[in-house]
Amino acid sequence: MDPAVLPRSVLLAVPLYLLLVVVLRGRSALVKHALAAVVALALAAGLSLLLPAGTISYVTTFLLMGSIYAVLTLGLNVQWGYTGLFNIGVAAFFAVGAFTSALFTLKMPTGAAAAFTQQAFGFGAPFWVGLLAAGVVAGVLALVVGWPTLRLRGDYLAIATIGIAELVRLVFQNERWLANGPQPLRGIPQPLSCLTGSGCDWLPGFVNAFFDPLAPRDYPYLYVAIVALVLFLVYTGLERAIRSPWGRVLRAVREDEDAAAMVGKNVAAFRMQAFVVGAVIMGIGGSLYAHYVVAIDYGHFDPLYGTFLIWVMLMLGGSGNNRGAVLGALLVWAIWTGTSFLVDALRPTLEAISPVLPQRGPYVRLLLIALLMLFIVLYRPRGVLPEEKVVSLTRD
Amino acid sequence: MVGARPLPRSRALRRAVSSVLGSRWSLVGLLALIALVIVLASSAQGVSGTRMLGLVVRGVLLGGVLALGALGVTLVHGVLKMANFAHGDYMTLGAYLALAIMSVLPPGRSVFGLGFGYEFLVALVLVMPLVGLVAYGLDRVTFRRLRQRRSAPVMMAMAALGVAFGIRSIVYMVFGADFAFYYQGRPRPVVELFSGVRVRTDQLFILAFSLALIVLVYLLLERSKVGKAMRAMADNPDLARISGIPTERVVFWTWMVGGALAGAGGMLYGLDVQLRPEMGWWLLLPLFASVILGTIGNVYGALLGAFTIGIVWQVSTAFVNPAYGPAAAFVVMILALLVRPQGLMGGGR
Repeated sequence: MDPAVLPRSVLLAVPLYLLLVVVLRGRSALVKHALAAVVALALAAGLSLLLPAGTISYVTTFLLMGSIYAVLTLGLNVQWGYTGLFNIGVAAFFAVGAFTSALFTLKMPTGAAAAFTQQAFGFGAPFWVGLLAAGVVAGVLALVVGWPTLRLRGDYLAIATIGIAELVRLVFQNERWLANGPQPLRGIPQPLSCLTGSGCDWLPGFVNAFFDPLAPRDYPYLYVAIVALVLFLVYTGLERAIRSPWGRVLRAVREDEDAAAMVGKNVAAFRMQAFVVGAVIMGIGGSLYAHYVVAIDYGHFDPLYGTFLIWVMLMLGGSGNNRGAVLGALLVWAIWTGTSFLVDALRPTLEAISPVLPQRGPYVRLLLIALLMLFIVLYRPRGVLPEEKVVSLTRD
Repeated sequence: MVGARPLPRSRALRRAVSSVLGSRWSLVGLLALIALVIVLASSAQGVSGTRMLGLVVRGVLLGGVLALGALGVTLVHGVLKMANFAHGDYMTLGAYLALAIMSVLPPGRSVFGLGFGYEFLVALVLVMPLVGLVAYGLDRVTFRRLRQRRSAPVMMAMAALGVAFGIRSIVYMVFGADFAFYYQGRPRPVVELFSGVRVRTDQLFILAFSLALIVLVYLLLERSKVGKAMRAMADNPDLARISGIPTERVVFWTWMVGGALAGAGGMLYGLDVQLRPEMGWWLLLPLFASVILGTIGNVYGALLGAFTIGIVWQVSTAFVNPAYGPAAAFVVMILALLVRPQGLMGGGR
């Protein structure tokens, strides 16, 4: 047996455990957590032993990207799903989060590297600092954009957010001194990557020994656990917030602004809060993305991948439903990655139509996603998991 | 019983201040201020007057093209009450349809001292109704269903996003992701407009053609029955319907006019600059900035806004990286929103 199976299945058990904690209901906390832990470990070990390693690794990277997108979709859900703020500049907050986190965690280039890489600053800070900074900077950006536009009608906000996304794209495309201009910013450190390498000196020996069989290419198993943990925290935090009086006001603002104002709620302030909270979450999503892909440039935050895909995820899953947002993100990511197989399968047909078409296959996927969006808006505007009636928390 | 109390002084003062700040003239004043800052900055940076004049001329040219798109956006918003985020991509569609048409026509020699041959004009004549029909067809299968269901306006905007990305994906598939030109490597004649300001004859054609289209739209709206009906729909759709205005026909003509203008705008922009699958998406922001600056739904406001935005875009390139031109449009829009959200031509105060 491959010695790496044990640490891998322990790492894979983390997302499963968190999923089970969310899904299981109606038991005392201790029983629930114990049950979730046992089932998750058993499931992870069973899957690792039964399925071929290639499949497991594919599923892991799929879950990883799907979960990063789920964080972004949850951020949009606060804005659109619960408060009705039409933000089509998700890419701006996504990109700002990613670049902020990268700049905070990278060190300033020295020696020969300085000739190829320019960056405004580089603190070499740990991952969690980058993650928090990403959220803060994205939130500040939202504050600046929201101030002139949030009191206006929905389509004005939409245009302003398109504008901010374009502005952010132009800045990262043209300002070399800030984050290496049109060239990618490379070598973004990966949190805990020492575990899959030669071991971390600050961790006790037995931990290093346990993870010793892991090679650098096993890193996704580790990162999926980190991403799942962040996703879990964001999800549970939001569920709590939505069931609080605060969440109730957000929905009131969405349904009837005037009525909310009539009962003395400061509508503008609540819209701003929702906008900022959503942007912070998107910034965190951007940070998670940057540390996974290691090299980022502005091209990663094209309105297609940075905004449109996330909108389709939320709409398919069900806006106004956090479970729906997560499910939608995984479903659309499955469709997106799955259609690349479809394009491969269609290759001979495409080649028969025109010899240049096979290279343009990826755009077939874009068309499919656009059609999916139209289908949802026209026939399933409430998504797979429509919004549920939310009852605010009461004390037992 | 409590009688009407006079407002506390501080509040009365605040109201007076905000009514002055929010007036049309303060927005005009803001634009004048921007112009003044530009003039001062140009003399401080030593940008020559001729260069500035040249940029203003370029701005007017760009404004003409933007106006073609902005007219469609504002008409569709007025008549159908939707923010059509696919409008930029209708421009892309027009530009690329023309490329396809021109590739099947035998290439001709340049005409009348311009940089293009007869085939561009043929394409222009064919593309305009074609894009109009496509726009109407897309309305039939998407937006009309939402209207009939009385969906929220944002759902229509979202459907428009789907349409926008759908069109772009088709352009990518058929023409590839690279940029393209109508005429590669053909000399583009230049004339001296006035002392030191040189423009290409193509650009004069672009301006003349867009101005001609603008006049046509004016005549259509003011003189024709359909135009009158469009204005009535924009004013009050329910009243228009009960007074027996054939709504569906008005909708058809709105898309035909909006689509045709977008198609022509895309072609003219492509002739002046280049064709890219993303061009329409990038133009969307200046288009909406023009429309918002001149009040959403107001045709003359859109024209005013388009020329303002065009000039600001071009003149800004004297000071900042030319890539930020659209961003300058965005900044003007945000400032205008802060001062007077209803735009130059909006009612009230």
